[in-house]
Amino acid sequence: MTPVIEVRDLHFRYEDGTQALDGISFTLHAGETVALLGANGSGKTTFVLQLNGILEGQGSVAVCGLEVNKQNLAAVRSKIGMVFQDSDEQLFMPTVLEDVAFGPVNQGCTPEQAVEKAKLALRQAGMEHALDKAPYHLSAGEKRKVALAGVLAMQPEILVLDEPTTFLDPPAQINLLHLLRALPQAKLIVTHNIGFASALAGRAVFFEKGKLLADGPIEEIVRRFGWTYSDLAADLRYSAQRRF
Amino acid sequence: MHHVLVDQWSQRSSPLHARDPRAKVLVLVIFLVALATTAPNAFPTLVIYAALLVSGILIAGLPPGGLLLRSLAILPFSLTFGLITWLAGDGWRALGLVEKSYLSTLAVLLIVATTPLPRLLAGLEALGTPRLLVLMAQFLYRYLFVIAEQAQHIRLAAACRAGISRTHRRAKFRAAAGALAVLFARSYYRAEGIHRAMMSRAFRGRFALLNPLRFGWLDGCFAAGVAALLILARAQ
Repeated sequence: MTPVIEVRDLHFRYEDGTQALDGISFTLHAGETVALLGANGSGKTTFVLQLNGILEGQGSVAVCGLEVNKQNLAAVRSKIGMVFQDSDEQLFMPTVLEDVAFGPVNQGCTPEQAVEKAKLALRQAGMEHALDKAPYHLSAGEKRKVALAGVLAMQPEILVLDEPTTFLDPPAQINLLHLLRALPQAKLIVTHNIGFASALAGRAVFFEKGKLLADGPIEEIVRRFGWTYSDLAADLRYSAQRRF
Repeated sequence: MHHVLVDQWSQRSSPLHARDPRAKVLVLVIFLVALATTAPNAFPTLVIYAALLVSGILIAGLPPGGLLLRSLAILPFSLTFGLITWLAGDGWRALGLVEKSYLSTLAVLLIVATTPLPRLLAGLEALGTPRLLVLMAQFLYRYLFVIAEQAQHIRLAAACRAGISRTHRRAKFRAAAGALAVLFARSYYRAEGIHRAMMSRAFRGRFALLNPLRFGWLDGCFAAGVAALLILARAQ
């Protein structure tokens, strides 16, 4: 299989000196879905921001065969669509249609083509009824779908979703799950929601203190790092008995 | 989300909303020049200006009370300068300051409430406003909403913990100063997130319009008609 993302020995340090990424190597293949697991601050979001050149570290990052550098930035950003954790940050245009058409217009589409693509993406996300609504009038689940439509309208080959279930109630999570499953793109999902990740991804990688500690089948990674709770109430009772 | 009310008004449809932003900006400039050169005691002329603005509000289907009240926001400033001028012995000039600032604000508000900001800024750019200035206005407008939203969240959080009503004035001031610092830090963080999202969607420094501007004959008639009315009123 052709890799759509190829990262080799990536290092990144923030201005305050925090070593956020320390020698990350990673490969994602076309059509594959991979979950990025790890504690808060382990480097997952920093890692995905390197993939479209928002942050720039040392090492090599290639997306669909294109090296991520200043010359290729526009082409890379057309290949990789990023859905951020907080949908409100992603919805900044006055209406849903204008927001979803924002990406295609920036890609150089004519207004007619951009509207066509936006309508198609909104239909794909099940939000075609909200064309003329203001984004701030939507529910959290609807906002997430519109944010996803905004990325789909750019027809990317890879989707990166940062905490896609944040602010969503269980029915909205299931809805999103069905929607994502139906999409053919390769997906990278940054999440703490193991149920959601397991339902979508076959493979997971585990981040800790800026290092990629493990890469393998999601069940194995979850088991190895104890990254789940089978019965939260029982776990709480057990820890309470041990403490007192 | 009451702070986006004017933005909502601008999305409505009416004969005034439908006019090309360039026509509206030209009319606004003529209005402001006519108003600025009108004597403060030329009351019939000022009444005609006010009547034109109220007609515009009615044609646009906007709530007259809402716009007339919002335009009062200028009064604390113009009244202060008006008072100083009046104390200096120039009563007519003081009156002119208050009248003209109020009518100018109402005119600007009417244009903003009938033109979505991206179209208004595209119109200004088409009329020769430097692109950098237009882009800065665009960002300023967006980030004002971000700051207003963050301020609402902080205020709500403080109110939920009864942090405002039960404290002394000095403590209140300290809390407000602290909240202001947090507000700017949070707004900065939020604005950074929006910037990232825009860059991720291939933003290249220009907000393109889905419906490009078109200056038709109706826009020409509108601009020429209102300009003629203003010139006639000013000349009387």
